[in-house]
This record gives sequence, structure tokens and C-alpha cells, in this order.
Amino acid sequence: MKKFLAIALVLVMALGLLAGCAGDPASNDAEGGNDSDFKVGFIFLHDENSTYDKNFMDAATAAAKACGLTDDQVLFKTGIPESDQCYNAAAELVDEGCDLVFADSFGHESYILQAAKEFTDVQFCHATGTLAHTEQVPNFHNAFASIYEGRYLAGIAAGMKLNQMIENGDITADGAKIGYVGAFDYAEVVSGMTSFYLGARSVCESATMSVTYTNSWFDIALEKEAALSLINDGCVLISQHADSEGAPKACEEKGVPNVAYNISTISMAPTTALISSKINWQPYMELIIKAAQDGTEIPYDYCPGIEDGAVELTELNTDVAAPGTQEAIDAAKEKLVAGTLHVFDTTTFTVDGKTLDSYMADVDTDDAFTPDTEVVSDGYFHESEKRSAPYFDIKYIDGITEK
Amino acid sequence: MSDKIKHTEPLIRISKRDDLVWWKSWLVRIIAVVLALILCSVIIILLTGYNPIQVYSVMIRGSFGTSRKLWIMLQNLAMLLCISLAVTPAFKMRFWNIGAEGQVLVGGLATAAVMFYVKDSMHPLLLIIIMLAASLLAGIVWALIPAFFKAKWNTNETLFTLMMNYVATQLVSFFIMIWVPSGSSVMGIINQNSQAGWLPEIFGQKYLLNILIVAAVTIAMFIYLKYSKQGYEISVVGESENTAKYIGINVKKVILRTMGLSGAICGLAGFLLVSGTNHTITTTTAGGMGFTAIMVSWLGKFNAAIMVLTSFIIVFLQRGAGEIATKFNLNQSFADILTGIILFFIIGCEFFVNYKINLRNGHKEGK
Repeated sequence: MKKFLAIALVLVMALGLLAGCAGDPASNDAEGGNDSDFKVGFIFLHDENSTYDKNFMDAATAAAKACGLTDDQVLFKTGIPESDQCYNAAAELVDEGCDLVFADSFGHESYILQAAKEFTDVQFCHATGTLAHTEQVPNFHNAFASIYEGRYLAGIAAGMKLNQMIENGDITADGAKIGYVGAFDYAEVVSGMTSFYLGARSVCESATMSVTYTNSWFDIALEKEAALSLINDGCVLISQHADSEGAPKACEEKGVPNVAYNISTISMAPTTALISSKINWQPYMELIIKAAQDGTEIPYDYCPGIEDGAVELTELNTDVAAPGTQEAIDAAKEKLVAGTLHVFDTTTFTVDGKTLDSYMADVDTDDAFTPDTEVVSDGYFHESEKRSAPYFDIKYIDGITEK
Repeated sequence: MSDKIKHTEPLIRISKRDDLVWWKSWLVRIIAVVLALILCSVIIILLTGYNPIQVYSVMIRGSFGTSRKLWIMLQNLAMLLCISLAVTPAFKMRFWNIGAEGQVLVGGLATAAVMFYVKDSMHPLLLIIIMLAASLLAGIVWALIPAFFKAKWNTNETLFTLMMNYVATQLVSFFIMIWVPSGSSVMGIINQNSQAGWLPEIFGQKYLLNILIVAAVTIAMFIYLKYSKQGYEISVVGESENTAKYIGINVKKVILRTMGLSGAICGLAGFLLVSGTNHTITTTTAGGMGFTAIMVSWLGKFNAAIMVLTSFIIVFLQRGAGEIATKFNLNQSFADILTGIILFFIIGCEFFVNYKINLRNGHKEGK
């Protein structure tokens, strides 16, 4: 019987080899010999099916190409959950010889920080996190972008559209109600919705906004449902901060204009998509790759803005947008870049009927989430200046209500 | 005419067989794996142009490439095995416990709650004992609810346990919302600086304690199911409730006791995942293992020793798939397709192990 087993095993191995030989022997060598041993590793929460991660993956690929890195020098780990597996993924990338590791999801942060403390020779960069400026671990860095500026400009397109609808008699001035589908009532979302609303109101004074949350970053069905219920409530324009195409599709079905995020939705909603704001991560990724290659310092908490090309608007859908929209956006953009216009100018909004002349924000993360830093001065709320991740968490300024 | 009778017999007839010698059944399985690898090779060549041998060797590296990878593989194996061991007594009793995912989650949630509220205000050992007790209790309660309804009113346990998973997920979301007022929905590492309530590293290996605990549970479960009176009662209830009743087994008691045990081990898995591994809780802490465990348990024929092997196969394929995706810059889905094909063959070949295919002619000759 043992003899038979041995024969069987030999047979199996032979078959296995045979199967292998069928392959193309000249195919790409995974180990690859290249002149530089510099490597960069990326950790993504999902894969390219999530618009959030796709935005990062596209930027990473483009940045690596722009920096002249070969395929062997760039390692992607997709579908890494916000758990110990994130630490393991980072450690494995270090084992593979990575000199720089980047992670894209908020919940990755404490695990990346753990890896940064252990592997001091490797640079770790984390998007959307909040700990770098207080932890001061030399090889751990945070980054975000002043996306609230992009939201504000996208809001202008929405406001112009509302004005057009009022002029055409489709709605009354009081009926200019925007619906907003948010993921969580987290500072990042609140900051985005408020700047969007302020942008809209800067051109359409009577605009109001109703907000609803899905309590999930990615849920197509929930986001669609939320958008539909806002439309049923009388909202005549929808925007959202969540990672799926649920809301834009609901708007296309109902013929309600939509302002999106991260990607252009014109192809999936040609008759209702107006414009989208997005963060372009490529400049930051090029910056960290070059810095890690040259051994120069990476900014510990980096927040580029619209003037750096890190915040962008996607193509304006002229079939849907009101005439003059592009000009209005360009004019406002110029003022933002010049510093003559501030998104959170305290003369443009009130909270509980009062002007906001002081606000303590929770900038330095602690267990109790204590407000610690004064962020209102010189007549505006200084968003993303004390740290890169947004901290405008006032729920809500007058004009915005929760559904 | 005798011819006429023969013609009414179908061309292919399938009959159960239980006389297959052990090496023959293993030969069938090995052939299945080889066939799966050949098919995968063809797919790899057609779709990517890579050399399959290279792809397979990278796959093996995913589990054995470095000592770190080996530890991660062993840790994943331990967690999957632990949950599989948990569902096994229930399955053996023909109680379809699809709710392991939720039972693990509430166990983890209980651990996280104790860690979050007590922090470092207690002796570390006492804290760990309380956390363990809390998670076992949570798992037991979560499993006993459907078991109670089944024993009392004969409700459908498949649906009941399945729905309890969703309740558990929502419960975790709810508590994270309470514990994290910023609304980010991310708990972060609990007690990162004090490390209160973290299972200690032994011999400098952070996963070793997890692995040893699961190894002990595996041995205990093997003995419990095979040699104990309660284990025997479970098999009898599984084979036939009426027989069980006839020979004086209290079926309701066995159902409740077995599900309690099932839930307790799930709770233990939740404890190990939170206190010994992630030090945080998310809605995905169980990560689908509660469902994969069902496959591990069935493939292992409810035998704790074989389940070590089946959970190894699953974890090995998962780790390999991730490694392929990274190394060859392929979409994770492609690696998952390969894993799917291999699993399909492994599961499919059990048919040929358990059943015999009789062709009409073959049958005649046999006579």
C-alpha cells in the first residue's frame, strides 16, 4: 500500500510539473532585476470597485509612473481591513523591502502608527488621519487636502442651478431646498456639507439644506434610498458624501440635478449630473516618493489646497448647468487662491442666530475628544490649518437641518 | 424478454458507497487538486500570460515565505479553526447554526466593552478573566436565544441564527457610535498606551498564546465529541431525534447545552480576536469567518483533527491569493477565482468519494 502511495505522489508531482511547463517560460519575472532597490507599498481598504479607493489607486499608479518607478518597485495591497491585518500588511511590505508605505483609510491609522514605531527606517504616510501632529513620530506622516474649497466651488454650480430653476418658475425662491446624503455625522462630512451649502448660498440666498445620514461609507442601496426620500421631501437638488453611485442614480431616475464627489458621474447620469469635486492625490504621492528616494523630510501633516492642484473639480456638465456657471466658479476660485475669499467667512453664516466669533475645535485627538484649539480668528473659521484632517464639526449652521 | 428489463435501467446510476479504502479516497482528493491546478494553470496562461509555476510558488510564499508570514498563517488558521470548532457540535446535532459570525461579534463586543470601561484600573490578570467571562457569556446568550426558541417552539434555527448576525452587527455599530462621539465610526486601538486588557506576548510572539489556546480547544473538542457521553448524545440527536427520545435522552436539554457550548467557543474566538489580535472592534471583526467555518466543519466531516487540515487549506489559499494579487499586480478577484476553482474541486471530489457511478454495462458485468 505504501508503495502505491509513493507512486501516486510521484505521479502527482510529475503532473504538477507538466502543468507548470505549459506556461510561457519567457514570462515576466516577478522578482525582476532593476537598477534601483527603492520600493513603495500601498495599502487600500477596498479595491478599484470603491470610488474612494480607485481615486487613490489611480493617483498612486500615475505618481509612480511620473517618478519613473517600474512595476516591481510598486506594491499594492488591496482589501486590507482596519484591523491587525493592516499592521501585518505594512510589516510584510517592509519585509519586501519597501522604503515608503502609504495607507488610505482613516481606521488604518493606529496600525500604521504601530508599524512606524517599529520600523524606524521606513517612511509611513497615512491619508485622512489625525495623529501625526501630536504623536510626533519622525517617520509617520498624515495628509489630507483642503477639499472644503472644492466643495464650496461645486456648491456655486448648485446655487446657479437653483437660481435658474427659480427664474424658470419651476420652483419658488423658498422652495430652493437642497438634499444632502452624508455617511456619518463626522467632521469630514460636516465640513464638506457646510462648505457646499455656503457655496450654494453665496449665489442663491434663499437656499436651505436638509441632511440625512446612511451610517456607512459605502452602501449603494442605502444611499439611493436616502436620496429618494430627500427628493420626496421636496428637495430639488441633491449632493452627497458617500462612496457609491447610489445617490446620482436615484437623481437620474427622478430628473433631479446632482453634485457628486470623487468621480465624474456624467456618464452614469447624463441628464442630471452637474459637477464633482475631488481630491487629486497624485501631487502628494509624487512628493512623498521623491522625498523617500532622496532621503529628504516629508511634511508630517500636509494639507495642499486648490492652488496646489490637489483639489479639483471634474468637468462641468454644460447640458445641465445654468449658463455662466463656469465663469462664476472661475471667479470664486481666483479669489480663494488669492486669499481674498474664505469659505468659512463668519459674516456669511450664523449658528443659532448668532455670529460665530469663537470656536474651540478638537484638533489634538484624545480619548475624551476634548475641544482644545481656538480656530476662529480674523473673521473666518480656519479649517485644515491646525491639522490636515477637517475639524469643522458644527451641527449645524443656520439653514441646514437634519431630516 | 430480459433485454426489455435491462433497457429500463438508466445509463448512469449513482449509488452510495461506504467501502472506499482510506488511500483510495485520498487518491481521489489528490487527483482533484491536481486537476484543479491544471485548470487554474490554463486560466492563468490565457488571462495573464504569467508562468503558472511562478504563480503557484508565489502562492506558497504567501504562507511560508517568511517567518512573519508563517505566524500570520498560523494565527489565521487558529481563528478560523476556533470558530469552526464552535459550530461543529451544533452541526453534528443537525442544528444549523449559521450565526457564528454574530456570536463571535458579540463576544468581541463584550471584550471591547470591558477594555473600554475598565481601562487599566484593575489587576491585569483579573481584567483578562473578566473580559473572558464576559465574552463567553455574550456568546452563550447569543446562541441560546435561537436554541431556546427551537427547543420550545421548534422555530427554524437557520433563519433565526442568520438574523441574529445582523442584530449583532448593528449592535456593534451602535456601541461604536456611543464610544466614539466624533462620529468617525472608527474605534481605533483600545488602550494603545497602557495595553490594558491585551493578551500578553509569550516568547516574544504575539500570536503564540492565541494559537496554543485554540490547539487546546481542538484537542478538547476532539475528545468531547468522540469519547464523552455528551458527545455521543449529540450524535444520537443528530441521527434521529425520535431514537434519542426513545432511549431516554432529553433532546431539549441536549439542544440547549450544545448551542451554549457552540456560543461559548464563538465568544472565545471573539475574545481572542479583540484582546489577542486586533485590540479594537469593528463590524467586520469576524470578517466572514463565521460563514467560512461552516465549510471547514463540513469538509472536515465534523472531525476536529481533519478540520485542522481543512482550515489550513482555506487559509493557505486566502493568503496565497493575497500574495498573488500584490506580487503580480493582479486584481484580488483574479486570485479569488483561482481559490474558488481549487475549492470547487476539493468539495466536488467528495461526491466521488461518497458515491459510485454505475454505468449500465458496468452494472451488467458486475452481476
